[in-house]
Amino acid sequence: MADTLPIRSSEDIVLVRTAVRKAAIAAKLGLVDQTKLVTAASEIARNTLDYGKGGNVIIERVQAAKPGIRLTFEDRGPGIPNLELALTDGWTSGSGMGLGLSGTRRLMDDFHIASKPGEGTTVIITKWSR
Amino acid sequence: MDHIPILRMGEFLLITVQVDMHDRLAINLQDNLTEQIVRYNSRGVLIDISSLDVVDSFIGRMLGNIAAMSRVLDAQTVVVGMQPAVAITLVELGLSLPGIRTALNVERGMQILREETARAMGELPEEPDAQPLGGGFDEAV
Repeated sequence: MADTLPIRSSEDIVLVRTAVRKAAIAAKLGLVDQTKLVTAASEIARNTLDYGKGGNVIIERVQAAKPGIRLTFEDRGPGIPNLELALTDGWTSGSGMGLGLSGTRRLMDDFHIASKPGEGTTVIITKWSR
Repeated sequence: MDHIPILRMGEFLLITVQVDMHDRLAINLQDNLTEQIVRYNSRGVLIDISSLDVVDSFIGRMLGNIAAMSRVLDAQTVVVGMQPAVAITLVELGLSLPGIRTALNVERGMQILREETARAMGELPEEPDAQPLGGGFDEAV
């Protein structure tokens, strides 16, 4: 079961939050974990919109020992030249607070990011139910 | 289009954020609020976020901007009613809302606003126990 949603405007981010919340409840995540996942989705979706010039997110129910939710954010934007720097707390290239990537990583169980300058960025985050 | 209503209660303005926040909504709120602070000479702004089940860095920044704008216009801001799961998530995200006064509920928030306003008007000492009783207060008046 996978849903793909576009991220083209600020209103789309609100729709992503709603869809992720619904998926998190269906996967029986606790309230705090739901909140962490939805907040993380909101942060990454904003990066996709502001820095990646828009893209989409795939919302998937995954199953290992426990069920979980995996979110894959993809954009075809300019990419991130220095990933290590972008993952540092407090670093920002834009008008944000520089918490997007590093803060989001702390909220998630799994966090993967791949980026190629000129080709785009993919961020995959997972939260497992406890 | 959605918009966030601002209620006037005496010298304070009350905002209950009940819809999920996006850019245009946030900017409209900032515009309307600053305009009303000036129009009504408001001394304080109380923002109730008890209906928000997510506060991300965008909304956090918006709340910080509102507090800063209000302060420049000589009004205090208190944010009340944050859900426990939101508080946990915000701190783990690394966002501790610097410059934003928070209170557990509307009642305590109103109390803070009344105290702050009284203090600003010189009716209360700077700190609750900054001055010994009977010392210097009469002379200052």
